[in-house]
Amino acid sequence: MTNVNILKPNKENLNLFLVIGTLFFFLGIIDFCLNNFYEKNITGFLPGFISFFTPLIFGMIGLHLIRIEYSGIKFLDNLNKNINTNNFNAALSVSIIILIIFGVAPLLNWFILDANFVGETKEACTGGGACWVYIKVWFNRFIYGMYPNAEQWRVNATFIIVLGFMGLGYFFPVKLKKYLTFYYVVFLPIISFLLIYYLISGGEFGLEWVETGAWGGLSLTFIVSFFSLIFCFPIGMMLALGRRSELSVIKYSSLSFIEFWRGVPLITVLFMSAVMFPMFLPDGTYVDKLIRVIVAITLFEAAYTAEVIRGGLQALPRGQYDAAKSLGMGYWKLHLLVILPQALKLVIPGIANTFLALVKDTPLIFVVGLLELVGMLNLAKTNPKWLGFSMEGYVFAGIIFWIICYSMSKYSQKLELKFKTDR
Amino acid sequence: MKFKKILPQFLTLLFIVLVFGFFTMNAQINMDNRGIEFGFGFLSQEASFDIQFSLIDYDGSRSYARAYLVGLLNTLLVSFIGIILCTILGVIIGVARLSPNYLINKTASFYVEFFRNVPLLLQIFFWYFAALRALPMPEDAPLIFGSSYMTIKGLYTVAPVWNNFDVFFIALIIALIVIFFFNKFAKRKQEEEGKQYPKFLISLGIFIVIPALTFIVGGVDLSWSFPELKQLAKTSFTYEGGLGIPPELIALTLALTLYTATFIAENVRAGIQGVGKGQKEAAASIGLTPSQVLKLIIMPQALRIIIPPTTNQYLNLTKNSSLAAAIAYPDLVLVFAGTAMMQTGRAIEIVAITMATYLTISLTISAFMNWYNKRIAIQEK
Repeated sequence: MTNVNILKPNKENLNLFLVIGTLFFFLGIIDFCLNNFYEKNITGFLPGFISFFTPLIFGMIGLHLIRIEYSGIKFLDNLNKNINTNNFNAALSVSIIILIIFGVAPLLNWFILDANFVGETKEACTGGGACWVYIKVWFNRFIYGMYPNAEQWRVNATFIIVLGFMGLGYFFPVKLKKYLTFYYVVFLPIISFLLIYYLISGGEFGLEWVETGAWGGLSLTFIVSFFSLIFCFPIGMMLALGRRSELSVIKYSSLSFIEFWRGVPLITVLFMSAVMFPMFLPDGTYVDKLIRVIVAITLFEAAYTAEVIRGGLQALPRGQYDAAKSLGMGYWKLHLLVILPQALKLVIPGIANTFLALVKDTPLIFVVGLLELVGMLNLAKTNPKWLGFSMEGYVFAGIIFWIICYSMSKYSQKLELKFKTDR
Repeated sequence: MKFKKILPQFLTLLFIVLVFGFFTMNAQINMDNRGIEFGFGFLSQEASFDIQFSLIDYDGSRSYARAYLVGLLNTLLVSFIGIILCTILGVIIGVARLSPNYLINKTASFYVEFFRNVPLLLQIFFWYFAALRALPMPEDAPLIFGSSYMTIKGLYTVAPVWNNFDVFFIALIIALIVIFFFNKFAKRKQEEEGKQYPKFLISLGIFIVIPALTFIVGGVDLSWSFPELKQLAKTSFTYEGGLGIPPELIALTLALTLYTATFIAENVRAGIQGVGKGQKEAAASIGLTPSQVLKLIIMPQALRIIIPPTTNQYLNLTKNSSLAAAIAYPDLVLVFAGTAMMQTGRAIEIVAITMATYLTISLTISAFMNWYNKRIAIQEK
């Protein structure tokens, strides 16, 4: 008499179990799909409570039947090892698969199948899905804000030239490599500022003057993030060094500066730059809104950068300081040549996180009345001709921000690997 | 040598004094020109504006100080709910990211990668202006769980109606004190005699029994009030009774929770991964049960890694709750730095008070964290 276990497959009767298991599994999925998308309950003869859970039960039975320690079939072994180790795991896997089907199908419908892509007016949007016509019509506004249509090439040209200058650092000959930091921290900001001042803002060389209030959209997001990023790094570095200084006045002033900015929300800082700061300037002086905003964000993020860099400084062993000092290096030489290069390498992930936070914080500048991408969306959705498309707008902006932030974080991970040295 | 040390300090000090002096001087001149006098006297004036949502009694005849308190409490409310929810969600996602199950692992990391890379403000707008606006009107809303209605005007759900709530509350506090002393006693017993009590079960029992007693002897009474549809005008409906949660609060809580949970999930993952494999194996080899390994070996070490960055996230959540101003949830920033400032025109005082409030919250929690970190740090010899 052979001992047949009807619930556990073995190598001999594997094929039979595979067929039955797969059958059960797909029966569960089909049951779920019919229930949800066609409103047909094929298990309606069962009591309501059980009928509700039949997809899960069928799926679990199916996965249980094909669970085998080793079959020799690569796909099946991988499946069992990864999503089907025991009953509990199988239940979770089935639930997740069902959840994915439940979520992805309507999303796909909304995004592509039922969506409208062609047309120029609101009337073109007839389907139940997304109205991408809205994005198409408003695209220029979302990217350039209120910048005059005829002048938009100036924004494009500026961005292309700045990108070119940024990429140039990559091609520096080895002999000039030591000037790279100088190039990025001093030369590039000055060039970009001049470009933005003369090309985007205009007013000279026969170019029409465009006030900063008209700038907006994604290009403003980039301008604000770019300058804040470039400036907050050196300031943060100085603050981090200041906080670890032995001179008590410098130490405590850096400390209180950092703690102050870290303790308040950015929105209040922007409020301050909008309503409180003008009171602190001599009567009649006027600082452009955009510059005020960039200064506010820079100081705010510099405090966070400082704390991140301090973490790196603290992580270095004392021996590094002692060794450099014994070579007769002074404070600046010691820090610039020995400590900072090592410390900064350690804190690449932290700095990347701070930079990401900065980019994600830029939409807040709506507080002072500057409309970058998210601000433009809010403006567009109140347009009487295009009411009711806020969803499309936010999804569009979400995708753009996600691409920017995700690629930044992936790049920082790559950088981290590149500079990783074993101690 | 001495000169080298004094000079930079002196210059820094001089710089700070000059900047502050310059600002104060200008502020004085500007305020003189506009005929404003610096001072906090306006706080006791009548506020004469209404606030949509308030935890304490408030109407237009109350003072600005009262309006400030309303805003502060609303900020604390949304932070408190957000912190609790994001901790729960964050721990679940963090553990899920370590799951050997491929699907769960990938779903969790997809969630983290997605929600942490979209600006919080955008998420708040999405929930408030897009997602919650798609909900039905009050008259069409279906009944959920036999008690609640999810409508475009917010969530209406059951509210507890207490009699003698103060007695119940005191009983709760007494229960907590008793639990504290019981745990102390149990710990001493274990250290002295090696005797172990089922600490958790007894604590839970105390926590349930003492407050429950007040229902019998303290005259405490609890009943539920259900929301009921009421017609205001021909096409305007609302719910009365029960507990109404405004959509602003829901959108804000949702966005803050989903966003902050991604960071907490990463902290939890890093914390659990940070406990060496050898620790678990060693613990298992001296005969501890899996639940004991988790409770006595892994969690104490993992928490040491998890708690500091997580507190930071709690602080961030509290500060981020100020984004409420963008969707008109009456928090501190909207009520005080928005409406009150428009009315009084006292930019300097009001922005200073607002900033000082957030600063106080942050510094208090940081100070507590530093103390806690010192306490749990490994004492190295």
